[in-house]
Amino acid sequence: MARYVVDVMPKPEILDPQGKAVLGALPRLGFDGVLDVRQGKRFEVEVDGDASEETLAEVRKMAETLLSNPVIEDYSVSEHQP
Amino acid sequence: MLDTVGLAEKDPDREQPWAELGLKADEYARIKEILGRRPTSSELAMYSVMWSEHCSYKSSKVHLKQFAEIPQETPLANADGTAGVGKMLAGIGENAGVVDIGQGYAVTFKIESHNHPSYVEPYQGAATGVGGIVRDILAMGARPVAVMDPLRFGPLSEPDTHRVLPGIVAGVGGYGNCLGLPNIGGEAVFDASYLGNPLVNALCVGVLRHEDLHLAKATGSGNQVVLYGARTGGDGIGGVSVLASETFDETGPAKRPSVQVGDPFMEKLLIECTLELFAAGIVTGIQDLGGAGLSCATSELASAGDGGMHVELDRVPLRDSSLAPEEILMSESQERMMAVVEPEDVDALMAICAKWDVEAVVVGEVTDTGRLEIDWHGERVVDVPPRSVAHDGPTYHRPFERPDWQDALQADTAAGLQRPTNGDELRDTVLRLVASENLCDKSWITDQYDRYVRGDTVLAQPSDSGMIRVDEETGLGVSVATDCNGRFAKLDPYAGAQLALAEAYRNVATGGASPLAVSDCLNFGSPEDPAVMWQFAEACRGLKDGCLELGIPVTGGNVSLYNQTGATAILPTPVVAVLGVVEDVRRRTPSAFGAEGEAVYQLGDTRDELDGSEWVHVVHGHLGGLPPRVDLMAERALATLLHDGVGLLTSAHDLSEGGLAQALAESALRHGVGVTVGPSDDSFVQLFSESAARCLVTVRPGEEGALEAMAGALGVSARRIGTTGGDAFTVEGAFSIPLDELRAAWTSTLPNALGA
Repeated sequence: MARYVVDVMPKPEILDPQGKAVLGALPRLGFDGVLDVRQGKRFEVEVDGDASEETLAEVRKMAETLLSNPVIEDYSVSEHQP
Repeated sequence: MLDTVGLAEKDPDREQPWAELGLKADEYARIKEILGRRPTSSELAMYSVMWSEHCSYKSSKVHLKQFAEIPQETPLANADGTAGVGKMLAGIGENAGVVDIGQGYAVTFKIESHNHPSYVEPYQGAATGVGGIVRDILAMGARPVAVMDPLRFGPLSEPDTHRVLPGIVAGVGGYGNCLGLPNIGGEAVFDASYLGNPLVNALCVGVLRHEDLHLAKATGSGNQVVLYGARTGGDGIGGVSVLASETFDETGPAKRPSVQVGDPFMEKLLIECTLELFAAGIVTGIQDLGGAGLSCATSELASAGDGGMHVELDRVPLRDSSLAPEEILMSESQERMMAVVEPEDVDALMAICAKWDVEAVVVGEVTDTGRLEIDWHGERVVDVPPRSVAHDGPTYHRPFERPDWQDALQADTAAGLQRPTNGDELRDTVLRLVASENLCDKSWITDQYDRYVRGDTVLAQPSDSGMIRVDEETGLGVSVATDCNGRFAKLDPYAGAQLALAEAYRNVATGGASPLAVSDCLNFGSPEDPAVMWQFAEACRGLKDGCLELGIPVTGGNVSLYNQTGATAILPTPVVAVLGVVEDVRRRTPSAFGAEGEAVYQLGDTRDELDGSEWVHVVHGHLGGLPPRVDLMAERALATLLHDGVGLLTSAHDLSEGGLAQALAESALRHGVGVTVGPSDDSFVQLFSESAARCLVTVRPGEEGALEAMAGALGVSARRIGTTGGDAFTVEGAFSIPLDELRAAWTSTLPNALGA
């Protein structure tokens, strides 16, 4: 069994209302000095068999087609190190 | 390296990527002629985006000009009910038209397209379409009170429709619901020509007192120019200029996304903040930032004013500090506004913005130079005559020619096609049509929209028109409907535009409102195709002639061209929105049967008009022949009857797509009140013809004479066709369909196709 982590983030140019809301809330709770917050999401994908270039490519395809919206989001895929 | 005006003079021969920005060689030459030098890269950015089809209307404006020939006044009745004349407080060329509705109130409404972005990114494209039109309405000084969305998609059976439709509907609902604006109607139409090019049109209605009207102009030298709202980011750069998919400055990051992400909660703050600024009486001029962002706002405000404007672009608050001045000028970041205030009012403005948590910065001031001058860290990057950017863009007299296939199309009528011949076949046809994608129940879509928020919604989907109360005391209200049958427009664009106008006019009238004014969203294919250009020219001419005959003005609108997939254009789709006034929303006519035993009448005449109908589309997949005859004088008489008949009429439902059968089905299903219709010489034509200027109405028993007398006096034919009651839709001598069976067919189509 191989595990991969897919991190999905809004592209840097794209407005991130969730991150902005968090940024607005932090000082109210006393956390000062925060310059910016961007919020994304993380997927942990388990696949059958050992980690390989092929499975990595397959997970990339999943990220491209379903896990992210490539029009407004970037993603990165890495092997999960337990 | 920063390209400044000084540099442009010293280095006149630098190569510039004008072609990549969508400019033609003669347009680039014209810019050099205007400036007496080459443009700086910032100026080039502004000209390219403002001279694009979307912003300059360069292909369409020679045809749109004729709307100004329609008298700029409305048929607003006097307070005593006699015929009168209403003022237009603002017309074509402003952010949105503003119409007097009496009692000191005015209403502004406008419809715009957001087609291409919604195909690329359905949710955000549709959401920002709503956001953009709401800001247009806000910029007139009005409180936005309702939205509507006419949508067009490829066939329901196509996989891409399943990608595009749920996203678009969720985007419209998500943004509008978060803003707290009711969505009171619209359309959902399916046709193969919209596959790969869905249409997302968005309409907004706003209400203001006459004295609250605001215009987009920067006047008074020394007045301060304030940018407020969301920060400017790198989104939507070049979204307006079709070809500008990459930035041209080699130091900037390439491939900025051409879509924008909106934040409805920011927009809500912007609305309340702006309305408070208006109430404080400190705004001398205001403009929303939409397509072409700061390029558009600064050049339009300055050219509508009496002098010039000086802007220090580096003061613009940025979300991304790496943005170059060209990109800041082109950015289409959402939820931004620009206001002009007197210097002593800046503090008051800042206080109001701070109260609403809206960032505001003075970015410049009004000058008496007659120039739009923009500096970047003290260096002049733009120095242009503002009119040359905003209004003196190119005008194309594009060739247009009636296509050679038009005659063949019109000759290929539906006359020879197999029609149902007996009761069983008629019954099957009724069930098949009510379940078809264009006629089926659209609750799956409209249930995702909040229809009643704000508490002033009187009528919304599935009524023929949306109705909103404006004044709680007097009950004054407005009613809006949007319509277009693209198949009719394909068969005859002139008549098709008039039929769209007639249907929206009629739909507004069914509730008892008096139609006052028009806004249009003209969706067509490529203007470089003479056949498409002919469709466009014919539709404009038809709309103008139709408005003249109905006595209602076009107050503004929007043109969307290049709606095509490869060489195949969409059906010509001139969506027409009609706004009407209701003296008292408590006195209105419902759109469905409400009680048993009432007399059912058809108003208007039915002819054998099946070309382009839903029947021939669904059953035979055929499109040819001529659309139904247009009779606008009959529409006027019918609308008068529907208005005068409020109180007498217990229901009124427009007859259009799907004909009488569809109107009867919808009227019966709404409250579960069945109907029995008498036999007819030709039940098929009676049930499925789509002749215009018709309406289905009911009156209480004993009031048949009153209706017939009223119809006779107005020259409207009124024919008793049946009686309400029972729990079936029955045509005597032909068929009977239990309402449960009819409802199952009508309601299951969208949930089955789209899941849940």
